[in-house]
Amino acid sequence: MTIPPVPYAIAPDSAATVSAEEQQFNDLIAADSRIEPRDWMPDGYRKTLIRQISQHAHSEIIGMQPEGNWITRAPSLKRKAILLAKVQDEAGHGLYLYSAAQTLGISRDLMTDQLIAGKARYSSIFNYPSPTWADMGAIGWLVDGAAICNQVPLCRASYGPYGRAMVRICKEESFHQRQGFEILLELMKGTPAQREMAQESVNRWYWPALQMFGPPDDDSPNSAQSMAWNIKRFSNDDLRQRFVGMLVPQAEVLGVTLPDPDLRWNEEKGAYDMGEIDWTEFHEVLAGRGPANARRLQRRRDAHDEGQWVREAAAAYAAKQGVKAVA
Amino acid sequence: MSDTIEQDGHGHVDVDTVQLSAELVEAASVASHDVAEYALWLGDDSLVLAQNLGWWISRAPELEEDIALGNIALDLIGHARSLLHYAGAESGRTEDDLAYWRDEPQWRSAHLFEQPNGDFAHTIARQFIAAHYLFELYSALMQSTDATLAAIAAKAVKEVDYHRDHSIQWVLRLAQGTEESRRRMITGLSDLWPFVEELFVDEPLIDRLEGVAVRPSSLQASVLSAMFPVLAEAELEVPRGFISSGGGRRGDHSENLGPLLAEMQVLARAHPGAKW
Ligand SMILES: [Fe+2]
Ligand SMILES: [Fe+2]
Repeated sequence: MTIPPVPYAIAPDSAATVSAEEQQFNDLIAADSRIEPRDWMPDGYRKTLIRQISQHAHSEIIGMQPEGNWITRAPSLKRKAILLAKVQDEAGHGLYLYSAAQTLGISRDLMTDQLIAGKARYSSIFNYPSPTWADMGAIGWLVDGAAICNQVPLCRASYGPYGRAMVRICKEESFHQRQGFEILLELMKGTPAQREMAQESVNRWYWPALQMFGPPDDDSPNSAQSMAWNIKRFSNDDLRQRFVGMLVPQAEVLGVTLPDPDLRWNEEKGAYDMGEIDWTEFHEVLAGRGPANARRLQRRRDAHDEGQWVREAAAAYAAKQGVKAVA
Repeated sequence: MSDTIEQDGHGHVDVDTVQLSAELVEAASVASHDVAEYALWLGDDSLVLAQNLGWWISRAPELEEDIALGNIALDLIGHARSLLHYAGAESGRTEDDLAYWRDEPQWRSAHLFEQPNGDFAHTIARQFIAAHYLFELYSALMQSTDATLAAIAAKAVKEVDYHRDHSIQWVLRLAQGTEESRRRMITGLSDLWPFVEELFVDEPLIDRLEGVAVRPSSLQASVLSAMFPVLAEAELEVPRGFISSGGGRRGDHSENLGPLLAEMQVLARAHPGAKW
């Protein structure tokens, strides 16, 4: 199931009847200033942000699972500690983002319900499984790496709480990418089995990571409006290009091969040419037919359901304490 | 409407804080055989508990608890690494040699720490007992004549103080929340209470470490007298009934340790000699 599309068509284009508050909003956007929760904002802007921020929050939360899967089996205590810290950071990111979305008038409970009912989207990348330890490296390097490329421009998003949440998140994401890179580096310096494990994992995660930037620009209907509102700053293809440009030298340091035979430097363009992305797979996973969609949601739902009595207890206790304090 | 983002208690940990503290690595003299054995007791307790707690991340009742339990597990891994590092120096073994390449009979953890997570109330009951014990232990160990143990204890005591507080809050909430949570808290506490006594058993090793180690029996009064008022406030009775015969310090373990180690060690053991 998908979220109903945001009604972009009803954007304020009847220029003659722009209200004072709408003019103020337009001026703030034109001046590249921040919109704050108290400010008036168009419905479409609010809905777009709610959709984007909640999807982003859900991605952080579901994204804990592929790596959480290896905390108990991490092969050294240092790696165990780093992985735990990393997965725990992602929970924190989810919290910051849910808080930012709440400032737009949606409750955390509703967002949680949408997620566990399968009505909300999250990044498809987390519907891929993590069968090997090298996946902890590839996820950090490629998935967090792609997230950074996507997220750094969002630090300047026009909506204040979102931009500020992204600033905090981006600081931590660079540690996430670095630890992933280090994991792969250690593996590539290691035994033949370890090197094979690293390469095999990079082969699996490379293309899905490129898909994280979303469909090509000519097939991305919502992008133009988001850019006009200063939510989005660069197009999907631009960000993807930037990401690949960052990966190539890092892959050389690692000694891994990026699994794209058509990847080569284009002197004229001053950027890399790359092979065709398999968008059929992207749409399949998006439609719920990925390798781990059901599993990811089930885990989230189980945690939620099994935690129900705990949350009820906390609420009941808080209510009783409130009564005591008043009495 | 205020921006609530700045107000949560998410404790960020960066990669540098998971390095062993320099003062502990450099200042550490090599422990004698007996001191190393004692460091194993403490290190194994913390590591086994952290391994259990790590399971909760992405499964906790609410996001705040994913973070809180994650923080606690991280602290405990930190303590375990310092202690195992110290314990291994005497025999030329690293923290990872000790964590990944010892078999069950060579572990020194007490049974309490090995007990399974159960439901959230069991985990909280285990935390409640463990954190009270660790707090009193490290408070006393700060006076150790062994400078390394004293330094580790001084750092750890502040962290387990937070763990203790976390567990107390939850014992009160669960015991006085709903009927269901109260029933579960009572069950959790009575399932974990049999493992309290083992924590206070003096083994012959302790006689050889006067002034260095904390005598377990000396902690009993302070640990219990710290827990009892919380139980009273929560209107929970001190469970009576089974008492586990223990034996963890001698390598006799509960049935839970084997599977826990199998999972923890599986990858490392599949690649002997590999670095990660
Ligand atoms: Fe994140
Ligand atoms: Fe991340």
